[in-house]
Amino acid sequence: MAETAQRKTDIGPPHYGQFLPPVIKANYGTWKYHEIPRPGVLVHVGESGDRLYTVRAGSPRLLSVQTIREICDLADRYCDGYLRFTSRHNIEFLLTDPARIDPLIADLAAAGFPVGGIGNALSNIVHTQGWIHCHSAATDASGIVKALMDELIGHFTSTDLPGKLRIALACCVNMCGAVHCSDIAILGIHRRPPKVNHERLPKVCEVPTVIASCPTAAINPVRKDGRETVEVAEDLCMYCGNCYTVCPAMPLNDPLNDGVSIWVGGKVSNARTEPTFSKLAIPFLPNNPPRWPEVVEAVTKLVDVWAAHAKPYERMGEWIERIGWPRFFRLTGIPFTKQHIDDYRHAETTFRRSVHIKG
Amino acid sequence: MPDDPSRTPKLDELEKGPWPSFVKELKRAAAGNAMSEQLLGVLELSYEDRVGHWKHGGVVGVRGYGAGVIGRYSDVPEQFPEVAQFHTMRVNHPAGLFYTTGALRTICDIWEKHGSGLTNLHGATGDIILLGTKTESLEPAFADLTANGFDLGGSGSVVRTPSCCVGPARCEWACFDTLAFTYDITQHFQDELHRPSLPYKFKIKASGCANDCVAAIPRADLSVIGTWRGPIGIDQAQVRAYAEGGMDVGADVCDRCPSTCMAWDGETLAIDNSTCAKCMHCINVMPKALRPGPERGACILIGGKAPIVSGAMLSSVLVPFMTFEPPFTELKDLIGRILEVWGDAGKNRERVGEFIQRVGLGNFLEAIGVEPLPEMVRHPRENPYVFYEEYFEEEPK
Repeated sequence: MAETAQRKTDIGPPHYGQFLPPVIKANYGTWKYHEIPRPGVLVHVGESGDRLYTVRAGSPRLLSVQTIREICDLADRYCDGYLRFTSRHNIEFLLTDPARIDPLIADLAAAGFPVGGIGNALSNIVHTQGWIHCHSAATDASGIVKALMDELIGHFTSTDLPGKLRIALACCVNMCGAVHCSDIAILGIHRRPPKVNHERLPKVCEVPTVIASCPTAAINPVRKDGRETVEVAEDLCMYCGNCYTVCPAMPLNDPLNDGVSIWVGGKVSNARTEPTFSKLAIPFLPNNPPRWPEVVEAVTKLVDVWAAHAKPYERMGEWIERIGWPRFFRLTGIPFTKQHIDDYRHAETTFRRSVHIKG
Repeated sequence: MPDDPSRTPKLDELEKGPWPSFVKELKRAAAGNAMSEQLLGVLELSYEDRVGHWKHGGVVGVRGYGAGVIGRYSDVPEQFPEVAQFHTMRVNHPAGLFYTTGALRTICDIWEKHGSGLTNLHGATGDIILLGTKTESLEPAFADLTANGFDLGGSGSVVRTPSCCVGPARCEWACFDTLAFTYDITQHFQDELHRPSLPYKFKIKASGCANDCVAAIPRADLSVIGTWRGPIGIDQAQVRAYAEGGMDVGADVCDRCPSTCMAWDGETLAIDNSTCAKCMHCINVMPKALRPGPERGACILIGGKAPIVSGAMLSSVLVPFMTFEPPFTELKDLIGRILEVWGDAGKNRERVGEFIQRVGLGNFLEAIGVEPLPEMVRHPRENPYVFYEEYFEEEPK
């Protein structure tokens, strides 16, 4: 690494051009088509006839510098020192010699990296920091993802699913990542209003800012023991945590009541159907570390039922749309409750306003 | 600690199983780093009492920037003094997430020297996440990063680190150069990216086609999606080859078309391009036979966001089709006008989508100088409460 001479700012990221392998530079913008010769492997063919092979491997997203150096060793050995990552935390090795694919996959297996996540498969689970690094997490992220991928890895390393399966996890409603448009979204939730620390609040927060932060106008000014502070109308609070983000004297983490909700049927892509939000399937499951068995069981069941009933290319939401939500709840055995019915803005647009009721 | 399983019995459980283990990563880093060793202890404590142990806040960063560092403090600093401060640095990734091993090793060396030795590749926005260091290490780490050609990304109320799909580097469907655009726009907005001057965050994401591999429509305030005009390119021989290879072109291609604009008679695939929604399904299924049409460009959408504060939103159409070549002046100017209008009138922590909802899309369009178009809505309004600023008055006699 170079030594520092003079303080530099606002240089921006390095130009991507210096990181592109020669085969990509030669075929940039002139790729003709691609195929999936086997699970976890892509071949892109250029108008030139050049072929670029991609081997995609899953990672835990949280990586030590020691492991990154091992990944670099493999890229040096097989890919002339070039590699990339995907937006879902996968590592992609870029090769031009198909004879190197098998040895690379063998070395990846020996190092503990599964190959897959391409085509009609489960890709890696996009997830957030959780208890490793976040102040507002209602659950851990890495732990649930690890436990779930241990169970679902067969759908990552094969292409045995009807369509793409995109699972994402956010540890609170801030939702770092596109959790809200996933086939299955795992969302950490708080279920109790913030507990105001009246002694600390006047010292660290501006009362008007705290009041303005609340989307349901549940926070009001109050004078307590001579201090200007706030109180929360608990029946109006929907536990979004926005006040806590602007004011650390209003924590709402609660080990007894925090947990996980499960949402289904969202998608990002415009293919066939429009981008769609995920909808509530299971309102609450407990935080049960280290392996969250209730969450793993519930998500596995959802995957199994969808895989058994969907037609080719049908994503979770497209399948549910075809069969109807009543049948979805019957097939999955999930009880439909008061919590499933929206009661926020525009809730009435989600009510059934016709007699089109499927079986 | 890492060699003593009795100290982290719950986390040890997550070293088992076939998927790569983040606990192994924590332990690898912990072997030579006191911060990472104590991070293991903090996380084990969270696994015992089922609650996080991090406090947010504290203005912390590098000189002259107000973004790029996430201040983080432990709420159990006496028990774990090495992670009493555990700040994260967001490093702006190269567009398309391409690297040479040399560049990655440099990042590793810097973070081994100045931080916990733990990273995320990558954060949800796209940044290289360097996880955990002390306040005193921020400036030296920043100096080493910039000396090696890297800079910090965005955080807080700024233009966030723009990101994009793999684009023309490795995808035949890219309708514009997502990498060139992302690099260009990132350089253009360096000041807005590093110094908070906006009501809240402003995310820009670019996908080369409607498959939207970076989830721009759900999560970016400004979503750029590649699209085309003109007929889908067809190689009829390759369509027949897919059919002969076992594909049910009728059921899996034509019947799944949202516009029902395709017909297959066993010999020829016909497409009524006048009603094609350009959704990408048929092209996805038969990449050797079909390709996007000849006139390529981008659709610009605005307002996507996660729930905080007043509910999740998907971006909606702002410019149905924009010819999209470097230096992308038309879009840069448009973004400049958006930031000005929303920057002036937006409330604290109000995303641009929420702002548009508050003031009305029609008024917003007027303010940024964009003509209303039928492509922007699913259908015209249904409710009859229409506002008018202009009306007739009887001439004074």
